[in-house]
Amino acid sequence: MSNIPTELKYVESHEWLRKEADGTITVGITDFAQAALGDIVFIELPEVGTEVEADDDIAVVESVKAASDVYAPIAGKIVAVNEDLADAPEKANEDPYGDAWFFRMEPTDPNVLDGLMSAEDYAAKCE
Amino acid sequence: MGKQTPLYQQHLDANGKIVDFGGWDMPIHYGSQLQEHNVVREDAGMFDVSHMTIVDIAGPEALAYLQKILANDVSKLGFTGKALYTGMLNEEGGVIDDLIVYKMDGWYRTVVNCGTREKDLAWMNKQIAAFDATLTERPELAMVAVQGPNAIEKVKQVRSEQADLIGELKVFQGLPVGEWFYARTGYTGEDGLEIIVPAAEVAEFWEALIAAGVAPTGLGARDTLRLEAGMNLYGNDMDDSISPLQAGMGWTIAWEPADRDFIGRKALEAQKAAGIPSKLVGIVLETRGVMRSHQKVVIEGIGEGEITSGTFSPTLQHSIAMARVPYDTGSECNIEMRGKLIPARVVKMPFVRNGKKVFE
Repeated sequence: MSNIPTELKYVESHEWLRKEADGTITVGITDFAQAALGDIVFIELPEVGTEVEADDDIAVVESVKAASDVYAPIAGKIVAVNEDLADAPEKANEDPYGDAWFFRMEPTDPNVLDGLMSAEDYAAKCE
Repeated sequence: MGKQTPLYQQHLDANGKIVDFGGWDMPIHYGSQLQEHNVVREDAGMFDVSHMTIVDIAGPEALAYLQKILANDVSKLGFTGKALYTGMLNEEGGVIDDLIVYKMDGWYRTVVNCGTREKDLAWMNKQIAAFDATLTERPELAMVAVQGPNAIEKVKQVRSEQADLIGELKVFQGLPVGEWFYARTGYTGEDGLEIIVPAAEVAEFWEALIAAGVAPTGLGARDTLRLEAGMNLYGNDMDDSISPLQAGMGWTIAWEPADRDFIGRKALEAQKAAGIPSKLVGIVLETRGVMRSHQKVVIEGIGEGEITSGTFSPTLQHSIAMARVPYDTGSECNIEMRGKLIPARVVKMPFVRNGKKVFE
């Protein structure tokens, strides 16, 4: 059974989102996604400062099994990326909601999270 | 639901993630493919390979039959239990399958792939009509591969009454004990055994191996291990349209004696005379990214090829692959990955043997 924390928001492409105190939004991949990918061996992150639209492919996760795109879950600007994750990609398997965040965004629409899936909605998608 | 081996319940008990594999429900991993891979390189792991097809060949003309249908020469097998790796070719010289043949006491045992079972049996049955020989499939036998530097010791602990026989096995030799069969062969590049066991006894054997500290290992790790060892996978690295000369299997063709007229010989001789169009090579990518089968290989000034098997090498910590490329390809190439050409090196395989990097 996947771990799906209730305080986060989710999108169909299996990313989670968390609103920080400063209004930025942290993004990572879900426990369901990491389990489906298997052992993760490389992660390519976007560049800080990039402006993206929702659904743009902006990062890549390579597992032993396959390469997968990571999509921008919302429109906005990339303001930080997790360089430690690029050096230790196995963290995405071990701690997908903690140490293994991918990037932080400044959202174009500050209220964008309101329209996204709750943990309950996402759990239903993963069944 | 697919076919299940007699160890299906054991796979579920060990948390195996079950996937379809050529019509069989098989474990791809039991948690982490990388950890399972490393256990085989450093200690001992075991694979359920009961889906593979065992075919026994007997009769006065068993040898003559095998010398007709196999590119390697079974008469080279000098003592009981000695094994040989060979291709079984069609008239055009393409590889119908790759297999192992063991010389037994007056008969022969072959182990062929599961994905090719129907066509192999159809071909072998068709060819045997001209010989005074019989062919018997052995679906009642299961098979477990125990591989790794500590594999043989651990099997000796579990089968202590056979410890002497197991200890005396030479590399690429197999010996029967009743319906059991112990062979010092494998598909990982490590020392170890492939053990044929009556289906009714295999669950108990598997559980005794777990108790002895042998880790269940899935088909995912089996693939990364064999690729590091530079061993071909049928259907990826060669098939009915590819000759052994194009698949790194030239060493398995016995050209002598010159009058042995095995199926495919004329086509291979014609291909050699006309020039072999392509070859199978090893490729290493020491930067980020993982090569995958069917990616395009571009060799400047020479032409294009294709990755036949690609993966991340857990032992080397970078990507390795096999590729079929134009025959004149040198030491450099580019791999088309996600729309970009990435420089890579062409190397001599294997990549890893007995836990260590071996290419330059």
